[in-house]
Parts: sequence; structure tokens; C-alpha cells
Amino acid sequence: MRWIWIDKFIRFESGRRAVAVKNVSLAEEHLHDHFPGYPIVPASLMIEGMAQTAGILVGEARQFQEKVILAKVKQARFDREVRPGDQLTYDAQIEHVDEAAAHTVGVVSCNGEVIGQVDIVFSHIDQNLSGLTFPQENFVFTDEFKSLLRTFAAEQGGG
Amino acid sequence: MAMSRDEVFSKVKDVLVDALGVDDNEVTEQATLTGDLGAESIDYLDIVFRLEKTFNIKIPRGELFPEDLLNNPEYVEGGKMTPKGLAQLKENMPHADFAEFEADPDVNRVSDLFTVKTIVTYIQRKLAAA
Repeated sequence: MRWIWIDKFIRFESGRRAVAVKNVSLAEEHLHDHFPGYPIVPASLMIEGMAQTAGILVGEARQFQEKVILAKVKQARFDREVRPGDQLTYDAQIEHVDEAAAHTVGVVSCNGEVIGQVDIVFSHIDQNLSGLTFPQENFVFTDEFKSLLRTFAAEQGGG
Repeated sequence: MAMSRDEVFSKVKDVLVDALGVDDNEVTEQATLTGDLGAESIDYLDIVFRLEKTFNIKIPRGELFPEDLLNNPEYVEGGKMTPKGLAQLKENMPHADFAEFEADPDVNRVSDLFTVKTIVTYIQRKLAAA
């Protein structure tokens, strides 16, 4: 299984806003355990979906020079269950970004209807946690994540 | 018109309730952010940002909560702050109350300087200077 919880970006405004979609499929293994006979998307994975959407937005804002780590979920609220066949949309906006951290706000929709909110603080870990050093390579933004942006650019170019 | 201390305190309280998920009545002036209210390092970033938004001010990094002093060997010796370190900390934190800390400047007690009162005093000074 790949740890990637968004399918593609449908909007990407550098340093400002990113919108990603995720199509929920019964082919996802965990839905058969969560719960047997009653598959619903775990809220934690919707937080992860928003974190990936907002995290890539924050990373790209600094040309992927920073290691961007989810530091705090300021609030996460979901109003209803999401099932296989549904399409989730994660609409993330940067509220503030500086050398140490980034704050994002995000709206989660399901089939076009707003169903939740996830606000996050990301830490640029090389600029925090004084005394600790991290590997030089950016282990956060692997090619798997960056390929989402390439796909988006290709679609825009071809559209 | 200038905001009264009570008004500042009330807004700071709201910020801390939201940022730390604590109850209203836990946020007293004497409460320490880490010890009493359970703040972790990342919460300090969150709190600073929320204060900036709430009071419409800019808080330069390290001004409200000084950083890096404890990594300086000139300022810390044998787990205590040296007189030089203490002097520097006091200079950096004119908004904090050092009465108790000075008696035993153990580095582990530095976080006790970060009280709700420290924030309220800092914000008041900041608003007065604006």
C-alpha cells in the first residue's frame, strides 16, 4: 500500500491555496476492517489527506527546501460519514508561513458538500528543535508527492 | 482607546483555551504554560500566531519566548543559569516576573517564567508601544 491519500490536485496557487480530490474506493484494504460490513473512511485518514494537500502547498511555497512536518492539528471536525464511491475534496489555504512554521486552514467536502474542517500547524524542522540535526536530503517530499504536482502541471498544460 | 488589563487577560485566556484545549478556569494569571496548562514546544508557535491575529500585532521570533539562550555555554553552567545568562534573560524578558526564579535559576525552571501573566504583561507593553 502507498501512503498517499490524495489522487490529484485540481487547483494549485503557489503559496496560497491548493485543492486536491480523493476518490474513495472499496479496493482500499482498510475499508474492509473499518468496519466489516460497514465501510467508512477513517477520520484520521481524512486528516492525513488534508495534511498531504496542505503540506505540499507549504513545501512548494519554499521550493521544497524545508522539511515540513505536521506538528499540530489545531482543529479537526467531521460532520458526517464518507463511504466508498464518494469523492472527497481537500481545499487548503495558507494562513501564515514564516521561517519556522506554517499555519493552514482547510475545508473538507464530500461530493461537493462541505462536511468538515481541518486546521494544521506545520513545522520547518530544520529551523526548530534546536540541537537536533536531520539528514540533508528532504525525506518529506519524496518523488511520490512531487509527481502529483507534475501531473497537475501536465493536465493544465494539455487542457 | 487602550485595552484594559482585564480585557487583555480575557482575550489571552480565549487564545490559550483554543490553543491548548484547557478549561476557562484553568487559565489563571499565575498558571505556567508548560507545567500547568500542558503546552508543548509546538504549542508556543501556535500561541504566538494566535496572539498576533487576536491583537493585530507582530511578535518577532524569540521576543515573547526567548530561544537559544540555554544552548550558550556562557549562560549555563552545571544546570544553572550563570549571572551573565540570568542578566541576559532578564534583558530579553522585561515582561516576566523573576522574583522566584532568581532564587534558584535552575534551567529546568526556565519554563516556569512563561506564565499567563507573562503573556498579558508582554501584550500590554506591546499595545502601549504601538
